[in-house]
Amino acid sequence: MIENRPWLTFVSHLSLLFGIALVALPVWVALVASTHPTSAFGAGHIPLWFGDQALQNWGSVLFDNAGSGVDVPVWYMMLNSLIMALGITIGKILISLLSAYAIVYFRFPFRHLCFWVIFITLMLPVEVRIVPTYEVVANLNMLNSYAGLTLPLIASATATFLFRQCFMSIPGELVEAARIDGAGPIRFFFDILLPLSRTNIAALFVIMFIYGWNQYLWPLIVTTDDAYYTLVMSIKRMLSVDNGDVEWNRVMVTTLLAMLPPIAVVVGMQKLFVKGLVDAEK
Amino acid sequence: MQSFKLASVVIGMSIASVSFAATEVEWWHAMGGANGEKVNEIAQAFNESQGAYTVKPVYKGNYTETMTSAIAAFRAKKQPAIVQVFEVGTASMMAAKGAIYPVYELMSDFGQPFKASDYLSSVTGYYSDVDGNILSMPFNSSTPVLFYNKELFAKAGISSAPTTWEQMETVSEKLLKNGVSCGFTTSWQSWIQLENFSARHDVPFATEENGFGGMNTEFAFNGPTQVAHIQKMSEWQKSGVFSYAGRRSDSAPKFYSQECAMYMGSSAGYAGMKRNTSFDFGVSQLPYWESKIEKPNNTIIGGASLWVLKGHSEEEYRGVASFLSFLSRADVQADWHQFSGYLPITHAAYGLTKGQGYYEKNLGTETGVIQMTSTTPTANSKGLRLGNFVQIRDIINESLEGVWSGQTTAQEALDSAVKRGNALLRKFEKAN
Amino acid sequence: MSVYFPHKKLPYLLLLPQLVITFIFFLWPAEQAFEQAFYQEDPFGLSRTFIGLDNFISLFSDPIYYESMLVTLVFSFSVAFLGLSIALWLAVMADRVIHGKLAYQTMLIWPYAVAPVLAGVLWWILFDPSMGPVALWLKYLGVNWDHYLNGDQAMILVVISATWKQISYNFLFFLAGLQAVPRSLIEAASIDGATPFKRFWTIVFPLLSPTTFFLLVVNLVYAFFDTFGVIDATTQGGPGVSTATMVYKVFSDGFIGLDLGGSAAQSVVLMFLVGIMTVIQFRYIERKVEY
Repeated sequence: MIENRPWLTFVSHLSLLFGIALVALPVWVALVASTHPTSAFGAGHIPLWFGDQALQNWGSVLFDNAGSGVDVPVWYMMLNSLIMALGITIGKILISLLSAYAIVYFRFPFRHLCFWVIFITLMLPVEVRIVPTYEVVANLNMLNSYAGLTLPLIASATATFLFRQCFMSIPGELVEAARIDGAGPIRFFFDILLPLSRTNIAALFVIMFIYGWNQYLWPLIVTTDDAYYTLVMSIKRMLSVDNGDVEWNRVMVTTLLAMLPPIAVVVGMQKLFVKGLVDAEK
Repeated sequence: MQSFKLASVVIGMSIASVSFAATEVEWWHAMGGANGEKVNEIAQAFNESQGAYTVKPVYKGNYTETMTSAIAAFRAKKQPAIVQVFEVGTASMMAAKGAIYPVYELMSDFGQPFKASDYLSSVTGYYSDVDGNILSMPFNSSTPVLFYNKELFAKAGISSAPTTWEQMETVSEKLLKNGVSCGFTTSWQSWIQLENFSARHDVPFATEENGFGGMNTEFAFNGPTQVAHIQKMSEWQKSGVFSYAGRRSDSAPKFYSQECAMYMGSSAGYAGMKRNTSFDFGVSQLPYWESKIEKPNNTIIGGASLWVLKGHSEEEYRGVASFLSFLSRADVQADWHQFSGYLPITHAAYGLTKGQGYYEKNLGTETGVIQMTSTTPTANSKGLRLGNFVQIRDIINESLEGVWSGQTTAQEALDSAVKRGNALLRKFEKAN
Repeated sequence: MSVYFPHKKLPYLLLLPQLVITFIFFLWPAEQAFEQAFYQEDPFGLSRTFIGLDNFISLFSDPIYYESMLVTLVFSFSVAFLGLSIALWLAVMADRVIHGKLAYQTMLIWPYAVAPVLAGVLWWILFDPSMGPVALWLKYLGVNWDHYLNGDQAMILVVISATWKQISYNFLFFLAGLQAVPRSLIEAASIDGATPFKRFWTIVFPLLSPTTFFLLVVNLVYAFFDTFGVIDATTQGGPGVSTATMVYKVFSDGFIGLDLGGSAAQSVVLMFLVGIMTVIQFRYIERKVEY
């Protein structure tokens, strides 16, 4: 810094630590709550210190079944979530790479129209058109299937838009040079464009993975078979109990486990994540 | 004839043992927690009792979610054969004539014995059409009762549970003086404080016999009796006699934690109550205003029934019919009743439970049955049949919350709820 | 860009997957919602009647709908304001420290990865009036916390849950913005004797204004559309309708209330709004990219 003001530095650290504590508070409580028996919640306040049921709770949620209303264990739903998240991510990246390539490097009739059609999907979330989308997916016989979980969510334009930006920043001389070398559009795509977009793809992968993993309402509606339950939506099943009590300890274990993979991705691939965020919103 | 029947049974059995692929019957339900496990157990018992059909129970969330997702699935032609629908959805289901397979028809089509008189009339009344035909299979019926904390009562020197609302007030005030922070709380406010309240005080909740008489019904719960009650409750909310804690049964923890000394909730909450309380509690009948009625009416039921949806194969329906028969067997019903706290729906199950000495061993478990069967139902106490009622309940919830928070008076709130509710009733009338 | 490949069919082939998916899962349902908005239909889909603009008329004569617009505005701006202020404060602090910057960043950005519904659940249990620790502390401070009853408190709760997740996002952008402020400018000001406080408001903050404006837009869009899970897991729009945002209302009227026509009419209104917002955002983004 410009000048040394010890008290200001102190205040900075203090603020940051306070901020971190505030941000972490709910997770702390969840962690504590996950170590108590169910009965600890019915009769009063959430305990503030760890109980002795940690192993039982975590073990049974992970391997037996998540809780009332969800008859499959968490590890199994993690697998479903992973399939859905990867399906959405890879699907999005693939179709967006292709369409962005077409829009940037080709001139053809209705190019603008195509671009707008794709772009319109950018903002209207699935919640708003949930009933008709559900019927469409049902008509296509895709309820309770991985295709039904992933395909409707691939229809978003963020990735197309990002790749479009990325391709537009590649100098025209490169394309010219490739053409003089006799490279066709396919070779150009694989030999030049893809390698140049590597980091962009990776960054987008991180962002889209989080997006896919965190899907909530859509999986809640299209799955009735717990073989296809995803981790995030299962929370709702466990929470909305009319005829019984919410098993908060199990809900908390499941919540923590559902948060873990995307957090690990963000923290572990922080550089790519930051790049992805900044790119996706530029 | 007899030998023919026998022959067909034998043939049927041999076919069943040859074909390993049993017909699967999907059953969507809303029973979470321990009751959900019991549902799985019942289905399993049925599956093991025969080889031709497999009932597959699927938990679909709370009542609203279960019903709405079944309807969405029906639109998409992916509906389950059986769906559990709560009592407020009854009118909507009944009106959907093209979507439901009436249970009385199903049972006679597939030769299963089914007599309305075997069932408690206050239960089947709710689910029958004007000619007395049972359209859906009663499964889990409950009625609201008053739970009270015996230990807090003893500490405050109160010897018995209040039977009238007048006593509710004095008892609560006594409790408050003795350090209890809230007198009573309620779950399902519309069901208990308006629907059952109206039934108990013999005032209409809606015109046309609460909707039984026709779809041109209009709401009437803004009458003086109801308004006075809600107004009183809003005063109590301020003084601590009453404390509101949520639309569904979210208020039960207030009772568990001994914050509130009394709790009005479904008689089926008994099992959860046993599990979650460390104190001695009692069950008593829902209070009534002495000043308004001399002898209170019966209460009406809540809970849910099983509807059979159209669009499945004959083989599946055969399985459904045989499963429904299994469900109403006295031993199955008595077991379910004793486990969950829901009412016994057949006379046989009630008798069986009595004979087993269950009620003496578990004091308070009979309260709901007695309260519901105490009087002959009148036009105001045989139940409700109102379209779009799921949505209307939310309107009532919204209005009552306005009263509890002191934003509106009881009269304003109920007037506006009646007005908004009527608009939805008209919409329902038009759509059906 | 001025170099193109001269192909006639290839571009369509490349666009095909994206267009097919968009048509099937977006345009088709959107068209159905549009059609539905002019019909009255029973929940089971057994009969439908054309009723013209009735759904729209009853929508716009319903005070509840205007209330939900107001709720949406209050909610979105609260989330944006709270999220931006906290993040800016933390970013300024993080920009000052020399040691452990990355560690701080790591510890602050992870909530971005948490699904909104999970964020809702976590804060919900903290504030639960009868068992949540925060509600208990508030009670000691004399605040009677009860979001089941008090609409303002319910709003505060959903705002907190929704903001919590968004702080990390804003923080990253502010930090990047701060690091792009030329050091020479600050040094010059400090030679002139300006205090750090004054320096921030007169030099740094104005330089951050494009970032701030951009974040404001993003946060508003987030609060508008991506907070469904927060509300569904916590208040479900209540008490009353005090936390029912427009997006939540489309879902709850359509999927829970089974009023398909009314819900579809709301969808159409939202689509219209989204159209306008998309055009605005598109213009803004285009200009930003091409200068």
